[in-house]
Amino acid sequence: MAALVELRSVVKHFPVSRSLGEITRGQHPVVRALEGVSFDIGAGDAIAIVGESGCGKTTLGRLMLKLVEPTGGSIAFAGSALGGLAGQALRDFRRQAQLVFQNPFDALNPRFTIYRAVAEPLLNAGIDKAEHMDRVASAFRRVHLPDLDRYLDKYPHQLSGGQLQRVVLARALVLAPRFLVADEPVSMLDVSVRAGILALMREVRDDMGLSAVYISHDLALVKYLCERTLVMYLGRIVEDGPTGEIVRRPRHPYTQALVAAVPVPDADQSRSPLPIKGNVPDARDPPSGCAFRDRCPHAFARCAEETPSLRPLADGHRVACHLDFVPH
Amino acid sequence: MAERAEPVSTAPAGWQLLPVLRRMVAMPLRDPFAFTGLLIYILFVLVALFADQLAPLDPMEILFTKAGKLAANLGPGADFPLGTTNLGRDIYAQLVHGTRSALAVGLSAAVIVATVGTVVGLVAGYFGGTTDAVLMRIADMALSLPFLPFVIVLTGFLGASTSNIVMAVALLLWPNSARVIRSQVLTLRERAYVEAARVTGASSWRILFVHIAPNILPLSFVYAAIAIGWAIITEASVNFLGFGDSTSVSWGMMLQDAFSSQALSRGQYAWFVPPGVCIILVVVAGFFISRGYEEVFMPRLRGR
Amino acid sequence: MILDVDNLKIQYRTRAGAVHAVDGASFVVPEGRIVGLVGESGCGKTTAVRAIMGVLAENGYRAGGRLVFKGQEIDEAATRKLRWRDIAYVPQSAMSSLDPVYTVGAQIVEVLTKRGGSTRAAAARRAAELFELVGLSERRLADYPHQFSGGMRQRAAIAMALALEPSLLLADEPVTALDVIVQRQILDTLRALQQRLGLSIVLVTHDISVVAYLCDEVVVMYAGQVVESGPVREVLARPRHPYTMGLRNAFPDLMSDAMALVPIHGSPPDLAAPPPGCRFAPRCPFAEAACRTEFALPSGKDHFSACRRDAEADQLRTAALDPVTWQRSLSYAAS
Repeated sequence: MAALVELRSVVKHFPVSRSLGEITRGQHPVVRALEGVSFDIGAGDAIAIVGESGCGKTTLGRLMLKLVEPTGGSIAFAGSALGGLAGQALRDFRRQAQLVFQNPFDALNPRFTIYRAVAEPLLNAGIDKAEHMDRVASAFRRVHLPDLDRYLDKYPHQLSGGQLQRVVLARALVLAPRFLVADEPVSMLDVSVRAGILALMREVRDDMGLSAVYISHDLALVKYLCERTLVMYLGRIVEDGPTGEIVRRPRHPYTQALVAAVPVPDADQSRSPLPIKGNVPDARDPPSGCAFRDRCPHAFARCAEETPSLRPLADGHRVACHLDFVPH
Repeated sequence: MAERAEPVSTAPAGWQLLPVLRRMVAMPLRDPFAFTGLLIYILFVLVALFADQLAPLDPMEILFTKAGKLAANLGPGADFPLGTTNLGRDIYAQLVHGTRSALAVGLSAAVIVATVGTVVGLVAGYFGGTTDAVLMRIADMALSLPFLPFVIVLTGFLGASTSNIVMAVALLLWPNSARVIRSQVLTLRERAYVEAARVTGASSWRILFVHIAPNILPLSFVYAAIAIGWAIITEASVNFLGFGDSTSVSWGMMLQDAFSSQALSRGQYAWFVPPGVCIILVVVAGFFISRGYEEVFMPRLRGR
Repeated sequence: MILDVDNLKIQYRTRAGAVHAVDGASFVVPEGRIVGLVGESGCGKTTAVRAIMGVLAENGYRAGGRLVFKGQEIDEAATRKLRWRDIAYVPQSAMSSLDPVYTVGAQIVEVLTKRGGSTRAAAARRAAELFELVGLSERRLADYPHQFSGGMRQRAAIAMALALEPSLLLADEPVTALDVIVQRQILDTLRALQQRLGLSIVLVTHDISVVAYLCDEVVVMYAGQVVESGPVREVLARPRHPYTMGLRNAFPDLMSDAMALVPIHGSPPDLAAPPPGCRFAPRCPFAEAACRTEFALPSGKDHFSACRRDAEADQLRTAALDPVTWQRSLSYAAS
C-alpha cells in the first residue's frame, strides 16, 4: 500500500542577509535547514521527529503542511505532489492535513469566541452553516470538553492552558483530517496537564485512524505516543527506527548522547560524562562529510570525506553512520 | 445539553464588535484626560451643529451701528459679545461658524488618512515583496517633503480652497499610519492563529480582513485622532499665512485678519485670543483622546 | 542552615484583591547543598525566591513569616545591600538579561568594580576566573551576548551571578529553555560549582527529573504552600503527599516501561480566594470530607509531608501507582 505522505530528498535552504564582503565576493550564504530528508508515513502511523533546536524538525513539519515550499526534493500526499497543488486540489489537501500548535495561548485569535474559532475551518471549507453546530459539538466531544455551553461563548483568555489545547485539537479535528502534525503540543503546558493531553492525542489517533507526526525535543515524551522515531541533527535524519529500540539501544553516536542526556525522575540515575563534545555547529557552515563528526567520540577519516546515508539495519531501523553495527 | 437551532455566535465574519465597543465607551470613564478631551470634542460638535442658533448673525456680513457708521473694531459688548473686526464683522459669529470649518477639515483629513494609511499598511505588510517595496518607497517620498511649504505649494497650484488643503494634509500624513500599521501587520502575520487560518484553508484576503484587520483598526483610529489635530493646525497655519481661501470662515482666517489689521497693537484681544484658544483646545483634546485609546488598544501600556 | 524560610507569606495587590501567592511556606537550605524547589506554574516558587532576594514586583509584599540568612533575620530594605552581595539570583530570563551593547566581559567587570569595589585589573582577572569556573573560554570575554549560544549565555549569567562570591545561589528555571544536551552540561557545571566553592544552591524548576539529577534535597510546592520536602531520594522513591505521588505518575520517564502517563485532573485553585482546608483536596483521589475544612501542617522528621492522612502514606502510595485511582479525582475536578 502506498504511503500517505512521502518525502524524497527534501532540501530547504533559507537565504540570510549578506555582509558587504559576501556581496562583493558574490557569495550567497544560506542556512541549511534541511539537507536531503527522505521517509514515508503510512496510514495510521504515528512517528516522532526529535532533535535539538536548529535540527530542522519544525521546518520539516511546516513543509509537510505546505506552509513553506522546499528548495529541493519533493513531498507527496496521497499520491499527489504538494508542489503542484492549487485551487480545489489545494483546498482538499488543507482539509485533510492539520496542525496542532505549540503555544495554545497564541493559536487562537483572541477576539474570536471559542465557537467561532473552532467553526472557522468549516467556514473556509465552504461547509453549509446548518451543519456547523453538529460538527463543532462532535469535535468537542472527541476532546473531552464536556458541557459545550460552558465554552462556546468564552474567549481564549478565559480558559486554562489545558482547555485551550483541547480546543486547538478540536479545531484541527473538525474537518476529520487524515493527517495531523503536532509541533511540541504540550511543551507549554503544566506537567500535570500534559499527561491528559498526551492521552487524549493517543485516543483520538486510535479512534480516527489518523496518521500523525509529533515534533518534539523531549525524547521522554514521544516514547508514550509513537511507535517510530526519527532523530535529526543539522538538517538530516541520523537514525530512524522503533521508539523502543532508539531509547534502549541507540546506534548513532548522537542518539546515544541524546538518550544519555535525558534526566529521569530517579535519584540514582547515571551521572557519567556525556559521550559528546563541543557545541552545535553553525547551520550556515556545517562540517564536511558527516555533520556530527566534530562532536563524535568515534569519528575517523572517512567521516570527513563522505556524508553517511541512511543504511537499513533491521526491522525498518536505519542509521546514517560509517561505523559498522553488529546486528542484534 | 441544550439544543440550539442556530450557532451561538451570530457575529458576521469579522471580530466581536461588542467587547471592543464596550471598551471604547468605558475608557474615557477611567482616564480623566481623555474624558476632558471627549467633552471638548462634544462641545465643539454641538457648537458646530447649532451654529446658526448660537450665532444668528452672518459671520461675513458687514455690520453697521445704529448710528449708521461701520461697526468696526468695537470692543466686546452687549450686541457683539466679542466685538467686531476692522471690517465690521461679528467676531463671535465668526468663531462659532468657524467651528464647522475646523471640524470638517479635521474629520475629512482624519478619514482619508485613516483609510489610505490602513489599506496601504495592510497590503504592504501582508503581501510583502515588490508590493511592499513600492508602497514604502512612495511613503518615504511623501515623508521627505516639508510639511507646511508643500501644503502651501499645492494649494497654490490647485487653488486655495479648504478641500485642497485637506487633500494636501492627507497626502502628507498617511505614511505615518501606514508604516506603523505595516509593522503591526508584519508581527501579526507570524502569529500562530494566522498560521492556523492558513492551515485550515483560509484565503489570503480572508485572513487579511478577518484576522489581521480587526487588530489593526484600533491603530487606525488612534492615527485618525492625531490627524484631526494636524489638519486643523495646518489649515489654520495656511490661512494665517495668507495662502488660504480668504472667503472662508475659519479660525485661521480670523487670525490672519487680526494680524493683518494689527489687532495686537490695538489691544483687541477678544479678536485673536478666542480662535487661538479654540485651536489649542481641539488639538489638545484630540491628543488626549488618542493617548487614552492607545492605552486601551495596546495593552502593554496599560498600568497594572 | 544557610537559609531558613519560616512560614513565609507573600501577597500581590491586584485590582481583583489580594492574591496569596505564597501562603505559609517553610523550608531550609543546608549549607553547601543543592535544594530543588519544584512545582507547577502558580505554585509560588518563583515568588518565594524573589522574596528572598528582595526583588518582588511593585505590587508584591511580604505579609508574614521570617527569612533567616546565615543566622540573621532579613527584613525588607535594611539588609538589601547585604543580600545582593552574599546571595546571587539568576532569574528566569537570565539569558536575555545580558545587555546587548556591551561585551560580556565588560559587564562582569562592571559588576565587580561598581558593586565589589575592586580595581579594573583585579576585576579583569576575576572575570577570567569566573569564566573558567563555568566552563567558558577566556577568549569569549571579548564577545557580545548575541555571539553566544543559549547555553553559553546561561553560563555567562551564572558567572556574573558568582562575581561577588555569594554563599547562596538562587537559580530560577536555569535550564528550561535549553536543549537537553546543553541542559545536562549546565547542570553538571552547577554541581561542579557546589563542589569547588561549597556553594549552596536553590534551584527552582517544574521538572522533577532535573531535581532528581542535580539536587540533594527537594521542596514540593502547590498553590503557594509546601506540601512535601526532604532528601531527594526519599521523596521520589517514597513520596508521602498525594500531589507528589501524582506528579511522579504524570512525569515522563524515559527509562520506565510504563506506556501511559497518568494525569492529575483539574487545575490549581485561584489564589485570590484559596479554598479552606487542604488546597489539593479538590484534585486528590484520597481526599476525605475533613480534608476540605482542616489544614494539615507539615509533619515528619527529615521528610515532611502536609497531609492529614500521613500515617497511611504507605498504603496511599501503593494505591497511587494504579492509574484507576486517579480516575476518581475526575469527579472532584472542576476542570
